[in-house]
Amino acid sequence: MAPVVRKLLGPQNRNLWFWVFVGPFAIGLTLFTYVPLCWSVYLSFFDAHNTVSPTDFVGLDNYTAMLGDDAFTDSLVTFGLFTAFIVPATFVLSLSLALMVNRLRWAQAFFRSVFFLPVACSYVVAALIWKMSLFSGVRFGLVNTVLGWFGVDQIAWLSTTDPPWYWLVIVTVRLWLQTGFYMVLFLAGLQRIPPLLYEAAAVDGARPGWQTFRYVTFPQLRATSVAVVLLLVINAFQAFDEFYNLLSDARGYPPYARPPLVYLYYTALGQEQNLGLGSAGAVILALIIALVTVAQARFFRLGRKED
Amino acid sequence: MDRRRGPVDMHDGLVRVGRALRLVLLIVLALLFLIPFYLLVRNGLSREADITAADWTFFPRDIQWSNITELFQDPDVPMARALLNSSLIAVATTVGTLLLASLAGYGLARIPYRYAGVVFYWILGTLMVPAAVTFVPSFVLVSSLGWVSTMRGLVVPTLFSAFAAFIFRQYFLGFPRELEDAARVDGLGYWRTYWRVVVPNSRPVFAAVGTIVFIGAWNSFLWPLVIGQDRNAWTVQVALSTFNTAQTVRVHELFVASAVSILPLLLVFLLLQRHIVAGVERSGIDD
Repeated sequence: MAPVVRKLLGPQNRNLWFWVFVGPFAIGLTLFTYVPLCWSVYLSFFDAHNTVSPTDFVGLDNYTAMLGDDAFTDSLVTFGLFTAFIVPATFVLSLSLALMVNRLRWAQAFFRSVFFLPVACSYVVAALIWKMSLFSGVRFGLVNTVLGWFGVDQIAWLSTTDPPWYWLVIVTVRLWLQTGFYMVLFLAGLQRIPPLLYEAAAVDGARPGWQTFRYVTFPQLRATSVAVVLLLVINAFQAFDEFYNLLSDARGYPPYARPPLVYLYYTALGQEQNLGLGSAGAVILALIIALVTVAQARFFRLGRKED
Repeated sequence: MDRRRGPVDMHDGLVRVGRALRLVLLIVLALLFLIPFYLLVRNGLSREADITAADWTFFPRDIQWSNITELFQDPDVPMARALLNSSLIAVATTVGTLLLASLAGYGLARIPYRYAGVVFYWILGTLMVPAAVTFVPSFVLVSSLGWVSTMRGLVVPTLFSAFAAFIFRQYFLGFPRELEDAARVDGLGYWRTYWRVVVPNSRPVFAAVGTIVFIGAWNSFLWPLVIGQDRNAWTVQVALSTFNTAQTVRVHELFVASAVSILPLLLVFLLLQRHIVAGVERSGIDD
């Protein structure tokens, strides 16, 4: 065997085996993630209506058009508002549920299952239940029925913009659907805390309840909390399903509560099929989310050094 | 422990009241969490007129099991086809992801290679930009391959989950080396060691990742909406969404269709809950 080939294969053909194991995955990932991303960067500099091999170079026009478009900047604001609410709300609710379920002496498995069950439901089905039955704007909606018992008038939940009741509908879908997932993460974190720590804290005079939580439980949950926040923000960025299924109808999507992915969906794949503009939007979004992820990682790591 | 301190009765009483309050709160929250499932069943088995009636009825006046047969006979709703598509996609995605990601995870964890670190960060880098954000570029690629409205287009691009590969890598890093060494002594190479020793001893992690991937594939919406444009390529979620956002809606049919769509998943869920919980726990320990 030629020495070059032998060197390439490595000792005991290790290099070859590495690529047999990792190669298919790495190639697929490259083909279906990095290639589209690069192609998209390329397209974003062209006028690409209905075509993926455009010839009309337009420089940064797509980017300036995108950033100058109120609808796009509004979608970023929508995302900001949505994240500012859903991240802390899910965090607090899932942590509270985990704390309560963890201390139960019986029926722990039952309660865990009940709160976890919505994770099996799709956003499409959840949005359908919310839109057609729970928060249906007509008199036979459940919430309107209950309000009616107290003499409150019907509310058109999804089409009232002042006050923006649609937010209540949107965030409750996500809260219901994802809280159980994060509760299970917190439960796992709680069960990893050594009981010895609680005994030591009690000896030191920490009272059960808030003090113990503040000085023992919460610091011990640090790794879990960081993971939960990172996952919540990434998932909020990807919000599409519930917005689309709650708000769009045969006439299209209303001009409010439009998160970035919904906006991109209509720009790139709607009537116009403006792939150049859509690609520019995707690139901007990818940059923002990469920046946010790095910033968060920095933030949490810096926090750890101070400890 | 509490008993030894302070005025015993007072303290005990407070603890007991606190415990009772917590239980009441949990029961109320549990009932709230169950309401959507109740609505699904109630509306799915009611007559249209009873759902839209002014007076709320907690249980269907007479249960309409015929709603289910009616659903599958409705020519406007390709429910049987959509269920078939979703099943095929979910199974193919699960099998493919498990195979590709576990092999990659094992290679990264166990085969010494000079550039393994570079490859690892190349894979990890895609975690920073979630797939959903890149749906426009991915659509561009898939449509230029001519894969729109095909099974290939729906499945293949979703098979390369950096997340799954990462979980497998973490798991294999902690896999007992003695087992592999024994296989090595018996003269097995990497490939046969992997299939004969590592995989059979790693069933729980495959079950955990597999159930999470299956649920994700069954419930996924944006990608099937973008790629499954042809009616014959609709998944259950796309079919439901199309009728939910249509001009005229038959509420009972929508609900019975939704109930049918989550029934297989609820079964999987209740039977495999142990594995799913394990999978969720794994997915969190990633920092």
